Amino acid sequence: MVEPAVDLTHGHPHEDHAHHGPQGIMKYLWSTDHKVIAMQYMFTGMFMALIGGFMAYVFRMQLAFPGMNVPGFGMVSPGEYNALVTNHGTIMIFWVAMPVLLAAFGNYLIPLMVGADDMVFPKVNRLSYQIFFLSTVVILASLVVEGGGFAGAWTAYPPLSADETYNLTPLGSTLWLVGVGLEFVAFLLGGINFITTLMNSRAPGMRAFDVPIVVWMIVVASILFMLSVGPLLAGAIMLLFDQTIGTGFFNPATGGDPILWQHLFWFFGHPEVYVVLLPAMGVVIEIITTFARKKVFAYRTVIFTVVAIGVLSFFVWAHHQFIAGIDPRMANIFTITTLLISVPMAELCFVYIATLYRGSITLSTPMLWALAFVAEFLIGGVTGIFLGAAGADVYFHDTYFVLAHFHYTFFPIAIIGTFAAFTYWFPKMFGKMMDERLGKWHFWLTIIPFNMIFIPLFVLGMGGQHRRIYNYEHFPELAIPWFQDMRQLATYSLLIMLGAQFIFFYNCFKSWRSGARASRNPWKANSLEWTTESPPPHGNWHPDDMPVVYRGPYEYSVPDREDDYWPQNEPALKGGPGE
Amino acid sequence: MRPIATTRAATGIATGKLAVWWVLASEVVIFGGLLASYVMHRLGHPEWADAAIHTDVRIGAFNTFVLLSSSLTAVLAHQAAERGDGKKAARYLYWTIFGAVTFLGVKTFEWYTEITHGYTITSNTFWSFYYSAAGLHALHVIAGAVIMAIVARDAARNRQLHRVELIGIYWHFVDIVWIFLFPLLYIAK
Repeated sequence: MVEPAVDLTHGHPHEDHAHHGPQGIMKYLWSTDHKVIAMQYMFTGMFMALIGGFMAYVFRMQLAFPGMNVPGFGMVSPGEYNALVTNHGTIMIFWVAMPVLLAAFGNYLIPLMVGADDMVFPKVNRLSYQIFFLSTVVILASLVVEGGGFAGAWTAYPPLSADETYNLTPLGSTLWLVGVGLEFVAFLLGGINFITTLMNSRAPGMRAFDVPIVVWMIVVASILFMLSVGPLLAGAIMLLFDQTIGTGFFNPATGGDPILWQHLFWFFGHPEVYVVLLPAMGVVIEIITTFARKKVFAYRTVIFTVVAIGVLSFFVWAHHQFIAGIDPRMANIFTITTLLISVPMAELCFVYIATLYRGSITLSTPMLWALAFVAEFLIGGVTGIFLGAAGADVYFHDTYFVLAHFHYTFFPIAIIGTFAAFTYWFPKMFGKMMDERLGKWHFWLTIIPFNMIFIPLFVLGMGGQHRRIYNYEHFPELAIPWFQDMRQLATYSLLIMLGAQFIFFYNCFKSWRSGARASRNPWKANSLEWTTESPPPHGNWHPDDMPVVYRGPYEYSVPDREDDYWPQNEPALKGGPGE
Repeated sequence: MRPIATTRAATGIATGKLAVWWVLASEVVIFGGLLASYVMHRLGHPEWADAAIHTDVRIGAFNTFVLLSSSLTAVLAHQAAERGDGKKAARYLYWTIFGAVTFLGVKTFEWYTEITHGYTITSNTFWSFYYSAAGLHALHVIAGAVIMAIVARDAARNRQLHRVELIGIYWHFVDIVWIFLFPLLYIAK
């Protein structure tokens, strides 16, 4: 492989760049720099997280204190309640988990970690964010149009989603669908960029198994997304036609089939779980290996396991439809595949624990988040076994048990994983160290209330509490006081958890303004992003000094070396270790 | 000032070509989802044959011939571009665009006839699939023709000749989708 000749007019990018091209705010709006685009995704995602969190606050207040005048919102009508839960789900998955974990960290980390100065298609990358931004505007607009936001649950099952005489939100449901469709297009464009960047613009010397696991995971996630979202895009067009021009794809009266939507949705929906899970798992293993000062246990096994998960994830979708009237023999098959996929998942968890074993562990804030991810996700995974087995699922379906299980998987992914990544790479992104004391307060005040929210909901679900109920007082047999106490406990815990996020924002602001300067490599980690300045300049490295890779990213505590880490770009000494 | 990343090729395959193949992979599943839905429905609804009888196989066959011929000129354009003959490549690409325009013209006539006979997208679910699938395909034909015009304009000045191959790959895909649509929508009665 020959490093192409460097264009001499390229010059010194971080000195010259300020003097040409758009200036000021336009520079950020029209930048093609992958780091700027990553920040755009990150801050849009965080803004949407605040909206999604506010929605959770409103409907949990209504559940705990039915008919209450919720501070900051007012009385919650049944229609509003449904719109709130629908859009909470939609926003948290498509506008928080996806843009932050996949798009923001994918954009930020892939070029830096493979030793490139940008994505292979910088303009396509910018277009991807612009379409995503448009989709954000559309989904927010859908909340305030006449008739209110879409209220047919985030899975949008027809006929409720297809017929305005049922859902009563003609504009809201169409805008919702258009917003989600645009968002998919944005991530398809981004995904092509991620995949081709990893394939083609790796630094000289970086072989497939020298790539950090998090990059592998993000790229496998992008491939999963790309291969699973197509049928749902087709389905979205069909649903859009059903809504607007009166076709009957999902209407049995005209020869259509509502179950078809469920198949198209979950054929995407289940791989989607792994689309957001894998980047989070990648982030966590990077942090664990750095703060345990130990090589990742079985690097290649991890990669093959991830590919196995990816393949299997296409064959489990119907476990969402056990009570939708599918053939019981089909239910058996999907039970088997669902239980099978827990094997590679469990394997990954064991790999993480094996990496920790006899490591030299530092409990820094990112490490706490990473360890919490493993512990909490395990609970989510184990409760998934109950739902994956058709026999148990018939009982648990559409109860709070499902909801609690879901949040024990997605909260670790989207929130814990994001905080782990954010606190770990904050020094690189902003050039300042975060405040550890505030970080730990924030950690504990998020983790403990999180469990206090969802453990009661597991109990409610096992007690047979159906979800999607606006006011339990209307159902005397569901409204026994003990259940209501559980609901209030969950709501109080949510209030504490939401309040704790102000510590995080304060910590970000304070550290950004007056934190200690971060060195190039504050955690003494190996991968390439730590070999450049914090924050990296435009182009990441000086064009004459692009990194060359000599080894894998996990050479920690190598015997006979003075340092306990060994950067990927450090040439081996003649006759020394590694030569 | 091109980023260094855009000039690398660690796999030995040009980045543009890799990306086109990934675009096609995502397109395959979009059409795959739509056609799989159609086939599953069709198997469950033998009575759709009564609707399918009203599609015109002759028009469909003529359009198939037009698209296949336009793929041939796309290949010839690639061959010319490989030899570095941008002018000739552009000429072949213009022939391909001519094929696309013919295809769309015939399609317009066909749909016009069908709609005036009362077979619209809301008539029943067969016609919904018929117009949605062929319409989505037609959008790809239009997009391909527009991009091809841009590529041809550059190629005529011997610029960006590698793009002739990329648009050719895409055009073959559009062609192959039609090869699936034609028997499924027209021939199966």
